[in-house]
Amino acid sequence: MEAARTEQSAAGKSSVKRGSSDRWMALLFLLPSFLLIVIFVYGFIGWTGYVSLTNWNSLVPDMSFAGLKNYVFLFSDFRFQADLRNTLFFTILFIGLVILLGLSLAILLDQKIKGESIFRNIFFFPMALSFVVTGVVWQWILNPSTGVNLFLQTFGIQPKWYTDTNILAGFQWGQIEFGLPAALIAVGLAAVWQMTGFSLAMYIAGLRAIPDETREAARMDGATEFQIYRHVILPQLHPITVSVIIIMAHISLKIFDLIYSMTGPGANFVTDVPGVYMFETTFRGNYYANGAAIAIVMLLSVAVFMVPYLINSRKGAS
Amino acid sequence: MVLRGVAKPASYLILIAASLFFLMPVYVMVITSLKPLDEITLDQMWTWPSAIDVSSYSEAFTKLAPNLMNSFYLVVPATLLSALLGAMSGYVLSKWRFKGSEVLFTLMLFGMFIPYQSILIPLIQFLREIGLYNSIPGLIFVHVVYGIPITTLMFRNFYVNIPDEMIESAKIDGANFLGIFRHIMVPLSLSGFVVVAIWQFTNIWNEFLFAVTITTAEQQPVMVALQNLSGSQIVQWNVQMAGALLAALPTLLVYILLGKYFVRGLLAGSVKG
Repeated sequence: MEAARTEQSAAGKSSVKRGSSDRWMALLFLLPSFLLIVIFVYGFIGWTGYVSLTNWNSLVPDMSFAGLKNYVFLFSDFRFQADLRNTLFFTILFIGLVILLGLSLAILLDQKIKGESIFRNIFFFPMALSFVVTGVVWQWILNPSTGVNLFLQTFGIQPKWYTDTNILAGFQWGQIEFGLPAALIAVGLAAVWQMTGFSLAMYIAGLRAIPDETREAARMDGATEFQIYRHVILPQLHPITVSVIIIMAHISLKIFDLIYSMTGPGANFVTDVPGVYMFETTFRGNYYANGAAIAIVMLLSVAVFMVPYLINSRKGAS
Repeated sequence: MVLRGVAKPASYLILIAASLFFLMPVYVMVITSLKPLDEITLDQMWTWPSAIDVSSYSEAFTKLAPNLMNSFYLVVPATLLSALLGAMSGYVLSKWRFKGSEVLFTLMLFGMFIPYQSILIPLIQFLREIGLYNSIPGLIFVHVVYGIPITTLMFRNFYVNIPDEMIESAKIDGANFLGIFRHIMVPLSLSGFVVVAIWQFTNIWNEFLFAVTITTAEQQPVMVALQNLSGSQIVQWNVQMAGALLAALPTLLVYILLGKYFVRGLLAGSVKG
């Protein structure tokens, strides 16, 4: 009896001990990632924010306090105003087309199509490519003097694509002409070609998650295929559309490599975006404080979407 | 029923048209890269080459070979290390949760959505300070650090699906933290490891912003070198297209061979735990 009790308590004790050493191990496992994120994400964002408030606009660091001077400069700057316009219109165009094309293709593939996996692979593969490769290839395809224009000229149209300096439906606002820069349509085409795979994959996963019984029940009630999609299936895909919009928005707001390799800033900055401006002004022009200010504006524009989405998404998960 | 009879062929028609749109750049890349330079005239862009000429490949390869090697030296260690860190933190955040671990996880996830421009200036200062600026090890370090959020997310989501009962019974059998990780979590998440590795391989191979700002000339990965090909005075389109194909080949091969895993990684990136 006595022996059994001590044995039991010894076992209990050692398991407590082991439990606490396990907890220390857990901490040790998490610590490297935790520290790296704290320093290299949050610490560095703070440092960039600080740089954006200084006078460091030459090769030699000058950390004297400048207040909001760099931000005031940016928002009155022709190039940055053009960037904000371009980002806004590019984002709308890009997200709209990615959703429209992705959803349409997903619904078509949902019709028990023969060779469905072949089609899927064809639509997905550009996702595995670099934006730089996409930029280089589409620069050639949409070259105004060759490329698709060789076909289009038989119909008498010769779009100037990314060399077009027109602003569609433009009106003067601040220093810039506000409207959709025609050249962005060319960039948008390349971006849509590359990223539609993502929305398609999301929608296919969403459609598969809808049980067949749901469709059967609607069919029994006499609904046509069209009505089933319109009233039963599409509403259920709504959360997926939200995810696609958020993910595509953050890609669009920080886009850099595609535009840098395909067109650069463009004449009159018709294809310039904050990512390209930040890169050029910081690393080619040595305007570090200005570059930091652009980076902070980019971060805030992404955070406005991303923070609520992350919080919501995590809540839903746990 | 009648409608269905029309709808099916129409569906195929649209799908085939869409496929042509998606494949057209590949066609252009392939035929342009196989043409001799004198056939790269603007009005012959869509025509098949009269004779197959692979000289643009050898030229592109000579130019890009050192950078292709740089990319391999970068991608392999960066992928493995970031997967390892993600497996470690994902294990803790799924099976050893503590007060505040969910908040911590959400804070980590934010790191994968930031525009990297917002950390680039201090990052370069830091790399100069520790002597890793303009080096492949420097780039490896950067990709490991900024890969943590996505790899943690992916591993955490795999581990969550491993039933807690297995962990509990292993504990009763005397297994400790490391034992459970090595003998239960790792063997059961091998396909998860493949998904993470493919995802990181593809992303790091294709990455451009860090590559172009942290390295110069001889240290540059292939995407920067490809971009530089177009910076030269006379654009040799055949060489450029051959270069683009060469640079894209590794990730394309991975996609063709292991596409299923790639798409799983793609979907994991939209968060949801």
